[in-house]
Amino acid sequence: MSAPAVSAPPRPPLTKKVLAADHPTWCPGCGDFAVLASFYKVLEKLNYPQEKIVTFAGIGCSSRFPYFVNSHGGHYIHGRALPFAVGISLGRDDLHVFVFGGDGDGFSIGGNHLVHTARKNPRLTYVIMDNSVYGLTKKQTSPTSPLGFKSKTDPWGSFDQPINPMRTLINSGATFVARSHATQVNHMVEMMLRAAQHDGFSVVEILSECVEFFEGAFDASIPRKGGKFQTIELKQHDGSPEDAARHDPTDELAAFQLALEPWPGKFGVYYENKTRPTKNALEQKLIANTREKTKNASDLELLQKTFARMR
Amino acid sequence: MVSLNPSETPGGGAAKPGPHRTLNDVVIRLAGNSQDGIQAIGGFLARLAGRSAQEVMTYMTIPSTISGGPSIFQVRMGTGDIQSSGDRADVLVAFYQHSYESHRSALRPGGVLLYDSDHVQPNPDDKEVTAVGVPMTSATVEAVGGSSKEKGKNIYVLGLLARMFDLDVAKLTALIKERFGGKNEDIVRNALLAFDAGHAYPAEGLRDCLYRLDRRTPSPGARPQITTDGNTALAYGLIAAGVRYGAGYPITPWSSIMETLRVELPKYGGLFVQCEDEIAAVSTALGFSYGGNLAVTGSSGPGLSLKAEALGWAVMAEIPLIVVNVQRGGPSTGLPTNIEQSDLMQAIYGSHGDAPRVVLAPRTVEDCFYTALEAARLAREFSTPVIILTDQALATRIEAFDEPDLERLMVTVKADLSPRPIGFKPYPLSGPTRHAPPGSVMEDGKYPTVTGLEHDELGHPSANPALHAQMTVKRREKIKAVAATYKAPPVFGDQSGDLLLLGWGCTFGPIHEAVGRLQASGLKVGHLQIRHIHPLRSDLEQIMAHYKHIRVIEINDEGLYGYGQLTTLLRARYCNPAIQSITKTDGLTFRVSEIVELVAKNLGITSIKTGARAHSVLADA
Repeated sequence: MSAPAVSAPPRPPLTKKVLAADHPTWCPGCGDFAVLASFYKVLEKLNYPQEKIVTFAGIGCSSRFPYFVNSHGGHYIHGRALPFAVGISLGRDDLHVFVFGGDGDGFSIGGNHLVHTARKNPRLTYVIMDNSVYGLTKKQTSPTSPLGFKSKTDPWGSFDQPINPMRTLINSGATFVARSHATQVNHMVEMMLRAAQHDGFSVVEILSECVEFFEGAFDASIPRKGGKFQTIELKQHDGSPEDAARHDPTDELAAFQLALEPWPGKFGVYYENKTRPTKNALEQKLIANTREKTKNASDLELLQKTFARMR
Repeated sequence: MVSLNPSETPGGGAAKPGPHRTLNDVVIRLAGNSQDGIQAIGGFLARLAGRSAQEVMTYMTIPSTISGGPSIFQVRMGTGDIQSSGDRADVLVAFYQHSYESHRSALRPGGVLLYDSDHVQPNPDDKEVTAVGVPMTSATVEAVGGSSKEKGKNIYVLGLLARMFDLDVAKLTALIKERFGGKNEDIVRNALLAFDAGHAYPAEGLRDCLYRLDRRTPSPGARPQITTDGNTALAYGLIAAGVRYGAGYPITPWSSIMETLRVELPKYGGLFVQCEDEIAAVSTALGFSYGGNLAVTGSSGPGLSLKAEALGWAVMAEIPLIVVNVQRGGPSTGLPTNIEQSDLMQAIYGSHGDAPRVVLAPRTVEDCFYTALEAARLAREFSTPVIILTDQALATRIEAFDEPDLERLMVTVKADLSPRPIGFKPYPLSGPTRHAPPGSVMEDGKYPTVTGLEHDELGHPSANPALHAQMTVKRREKIKAVAATYKAPPVFGDQSGDLLLLGWGCTFGPIHEAVGRLQASGLKVGHLQIRHIHPLRSDLEQIMAHYKHIRVIEINDEGLYGYGQLTTLLRARYCNPAIQSITKTDGLTFRVSEIVELVAKNLGITSIKTGARAHSVLADA
């Protein structure tokens, strides 16, 4: 990789001003504004070199995200941003890769990729803005729409069982699974920050209301609307009596039980596995072992040897 | 007659050499079941021919069942210009009754039927061929002994063929040791025991069917010959082209390319990812390319359809990518292990919207290597997806060709992560698209977005009507400009005259031989095999103007309007009524005589001999 030859002057810290790009196209009141504002805060805290940040997305309202972040990035096809990001991450381990999308993009058309990206555990962070409705296409039932949701495709109320994102992600083998809420900026910042710092495939599902097509979807977890925002208290391992009741995020079964709690459920880190190696690390190890076997021969020598064997 | 390369007979000369007759070339068809290691015999013969500086061409059918089912391997080896694997066999090796029954008709009159007398009972009234029965199964069991049962029967047959054709035993045993050397010693020993037993089979038992292939002395300074199949040549062509990343999903007959790359790329510091599906594979490959390192994905027909949406994105976002499509019979699962050239339209047009891209089709196994190099060059230079349209025939057959001059050809490219100056535009309307991969500092502080939405020169989404028109022109003109960089292949045969035979892909060899036969009847015939499918080379119109008739040979259907896929395109492009189609869809390669017959019929000529050899070369010898 070519790097700037001369030592660059010290960089100014990343600020919202530097990070803001195009003005968001979202409807006024959309939950995604708060997610974007929180993400700027996360990047400010991480202070990565700006050119090393990559934001990518599929298709949907929330998938417009990369246009609003002044970083390298792109807007791919519907549901396939994850495998694209796997290519970025594995090919360029020096980058910090963030993928954004919605519930339709992630759990419906991209469902297969979610499961397999979790299985592969590449080094990247995936933020799902879940509004439980197809908003860009104007109100069809989404994979997370609750039973009975009246949409243009289910005017009588939907009857297909919705996906439980936490349960799906834990079951697929994602190594960092968290849940947050677009009305809780500090919580979002904390979750996304932890996700970004996790070495592996980290996912944060953020309930983000669509004020246009599913107003009040998440009121049950908004205190000022009479709901309850219940966070997950993590185990401190301090031996105190109250610690016994706290959640151990490395305990997969406990995480699964937490995921099965009735709506609106809890918010925080459900699961975290710090021991499973990333695909990035495993592939790098494979390359290193192979290179050692070939005694670091040059590309030309290697190929010449191969052709000599075909004589 | 003195052999140029006298072979040492193993076992102290148990087999006495008989009266060998000299041949120019021979076509051997091996017919058995897929688990019999028939491909291994063919592979050994092909590599032997390559090492002896002889021309070689093979043809293989593999069953799509997991294990079992009929399988054949045909090898043609000899001196001179061998371009097709031979219409009819001089020797048929039949392992089973069904092999005999299915392939007896492929044996030419006067040919030799070599059959396993433990399994096959040939028709006793068939006097057209010389039937030679050898107890291949029991003789192998006897020679190898132990618990190996009939394993090694293929190597026994290789020994028999070495005896019949006075093949170079030293080279063959070296090949056997190389092939099995990595495994345990018992396997090498058993293989050599089986080989020696076959080779020691008495000449009387072979009814004195003993021949010798004319050997050519390699010209001094000639490059060594290598022997390999098209998929392997393509995979190593990509490596030579500096492609270090890729992603794929298993599908026959593409899989062997991804298997090779998965194992080979880490040696070069790269990697290949096996993905969950075809769409993930093209997406991951695009992710690698976006990262600044040109990547490859590939598939066969149905898989290319799945990749079509992502391909549209790559055209819109102008991301370089190589997509290999190893065609097979379609539509749908179709004929997964047969030959067809019916993905041409899909390769050129398959996607949504106006999505021009480059399509190249290799013509021989050797050409698979060089096409990969050209594909990578074009993808990088024009920041575009390039489809390599190869096929099942090229993928699996083995040919010998000159070892490429890697020192001259090897390409090394590193991602350009240099800072981009103020005013950098990834999509300028007036110049080529050049991306700034992530990691590149943007000196004006504005970071670029690649997108499938229509966009302005900076990559910002825009639905401006004038802009969409301008950008559509930009993407179209870019692909048109590709043609100016071609080193297009020559026209073979007559440069003007009665007939131009035009083909693409695996039909190169048979068309090439057909030209000679048609010329022998007094016609002036030329042959052009197109590698550059899209865009077409710019001088094609002038070339075609030199001929009265143009016949495009294609292995696909004539469609609703009576023309094959390339023919349709050529007629639409050049409005030349002299362009007509000769097509077929039986899942097999064109035979030379088939082309000659169809052309003659099509042109209303009755005086052409369709077969080059009226009777067997074995009888002639």
